[in-house]
Amino acid sequence: MNDDLTMQEASESANMTDSAPTDMASEASTPKMTARNVNVFYGDKQAINDVSIDVNMDNVTAFIGPSGCGKSTFLRCMNRMNDTIPIARVTGDIQLDGDDIYAPKMDVVQLRARVGMVFQKPNPFPKSIYDNIAYGPRIHGLATGKEELDNIVESSLQRAGLWGEVKDRLHDSGTALSGGQQQRLCIARAIAVDPEVILMDEPCSALDPIATAKIEELIHELRGKYAIVIVTHNMQQAARVSQKTAFFHLGTLVEYGETTDIFTNPREEKTRDYITGRYG
Amino acid sequence: MTSATLLFLVIGLGLVAWFFGRLKASGMQASGETSRSALHSLPNYHGWYVALWAIVPAAIFMTIWNFVSPALITDAALTSAAAAGLPQDSFSRAAILSEARAIAYGNQTNAFNPLSQSMVEPYREAIAYYQMIGTVAALLMVFACGVYAWLQIKPDLRARTKIERVTMLILLLASLIAIITTVGIFLSLVFESARFFSMVSPIDFLFGTEWNPKAVAGPRGETGFGAIPLFWGTVFIGAIIAMIVAIPLGLMSAIYLTQYAPAKFRAWMKPILEVLAGVPTVVYGYFAALTVAPALRDFAVSIGIAGASSESALAAGVVMGIMIIPFVSSMADDSIAAVPSAMRDGSLAMGATHSETIKKVLIPAALPGVVGGVLLAVSRAIGETMIVVMAAGLAANMTANPFSSVTTVTTQIVQLLTGDQEFDSPKTLAAFALGLVLFIVTLLLNLIALRVVKKYREAYE
Repeated sequence: MNDDLTMQEASESANMTDSAPTDMASEASTPKMTARNVNVFYGDKQAINDVSIDVNMDNVTAFIGPSGCGKSTFLRCMNRMNDTIPIARVTGDIQLDGDDIYAPKMDVVQLRARVGMVFQKPNPFPKSIYDNIAYGPRIHGLATGKEELDNIVESSLQRAGLWGEVKDRLHDSGTALSGGQQQRLCIARAIAVDPEVILMDEPCSALDPIATAKIEELIHELRGKYAIVIVTHNMQQAARVSQKTAFFHLGTLVEYGETTDIFTNPREEKTRDYITGRYG
Repeated sequence: MTSATLLFLVIGLGLVAWFFGRLKASGMQASGETSRSALHSLPNYHGWYVALWAIVPAAIFMTIWNFVSPALITDAALTSAAAAGLPQDSFSRAAILSEARAIAYGNQTNAFNPLSQSMVEPYREAIAYYQMIGTVAALLMVFACGVYAWLQIKPDLRARTKIERVTMLILLLASLIAIITTVGIFLSLVFESARFFSMVSPIDFLFGTEWNPKAVAGPRGETGFGAIPLFWGTVFIGAIIAMIVAIPLGLMSAIYLTQYAPAKFRAWMKPILEVLAGVPTVVYGYFAALTVAPALRDFAVSIGIAGASSESALAAGVVMGIMIIPFVSSMADDSIAAVPSAMRDGSLAMGATHSETIKKVLIPAALPGVVGGVLLAVSRAIGETMIVVMAAGLAANMTANPFSSVTTVTTQIVQLLTGDQEFDSPKTLAAFALGLVLFIVTLLLNLIALRVVKKYREAYE
């Protein structure tokens, strides 16, 4: 513990003048998404305060922090889901492959097809399993015929590890599946439009431990094919599934770095307090 | 003393009883006879306990007495000496008695029949006698029950629990009144309809295609009570034309209000739509008859439709549809708002546009609720009267031409029951049979609609 403390202090002082979001970013490939000085306001209340972060293609990035710290709010900025909240206002710069996603010429519909999202509570549409998966490909015209659509549905379900469980009942309602299956269906649905980034907003918080384990396994398998960002309030989960971890507190990004460093050797005292369970 | 005065007196005594009950209970509390916590209920409850005991039995007695005493009074009057001179013929006897009674009660001053005048005095005496009995008995009951209840007051009397039960009973009574009234209406419809169907065969009525009610059957036994043209007219106006107008407009306005409208606009628009639902239907009737119908006729004539009537199914149907819009809109609004926002977010996050989300996710999910709302709207539309009376016409045509005049069940009920009627002619009784059919159909529609809506509500909870 004492060693940790000194190391943490050392790295803290080394990092004092560093205004870049992370000193680790240079090691990885060019970031998929970059955020610079992002602020989010709900009416007069500021929910996110000057957050800068890079998300890489070959990493799973976890956002952790106590409830109300703004991690979900920030996640929802990354595919402009905050647009659906009339009083939400976003300033700063968020880029996807170097294009500003809040620029007027950015089509929000296109953006969301490239940056998919999985929600806290499984939210399959009240349609058949097949139609749930086919929903995105259909609205984006990704398949030219029935056969192609069938292939997309099958491959998406396979990637989400659900194919074996549902292949005989593709036309049953998606809402009849168990909670964990529903969540994997939602992941398959997000995969079906072939996104580049998948945002997951506490995807396991409504699931039991076994279903959670399956989702975590799935996240491992999807790593590298998609840039994955996962919000979680479960620190063990962040430690298990992610390579990079960002710790949010009261709307600010306190610390961002390699997951192993964050959990074994945090630079900031707040981070250490949080992961050792002193608050949160 | 009249019943009204007596009633006020009883209530006044009840308040006095309340005071004494409360006083006794407070005395127990204050005198230190018992600690505060030992008194089960607050003094107020004891007060009400005594007051209710004083008022309720006496009020029940007075109600019964009001029904019983007129017969007793008449019996007493008939035993008097003057009654011996009355004619034996029951009809003229009853006329004399009722005249005498009216004079005795002071509702009438002069008698037309000298025999009545002679009966007035015995009546007065009988009335005074029985009123006195009633008054004394009621007051005795107030005192007896009040004192009984007052004596009951003890620290452990569960007055609060008893008042609670009485409150529940009063509320139950209030809700039963509405139900009993409905049952009564239904039964009266059934009995009158049964009389009608003893004169006209139900088969002729339900499946006959000629509506031309006559009091007396024609040469070949035809009665003109074939109601199919009326049913058709009702369905054509209420369920077809009105719904073609109301469903798309109502649904679209609901979608706009729930999905697109800024909060401020919605805050204004919803109450305005609800106010529209409160416009008296007779006003819509004017609008249909004086504005819409002539305009539609002119339009029909200008595009070369011959025989366009100034009273048309289209005019009535369109205006009825407009009247129903707020209804459909508010039902659809509720069902769309009940779709979890997670559905909407899920679709938007897939890169669907707003209208794709509405079309492919929100509407299908809200559909059962919308269908339920539409069924309720249909049941309202087919029972609607003023608009069709003023704008649809009276001719019982079986036609699908919206520019011609048709008639509906409600219009015909109005026709059959306004003006002079005899209540033993099938022509008048037909109104009850029509009413029964309408009642059953709307009841079924409402039942189905409520079930559909309920089932769907459960699906999301």
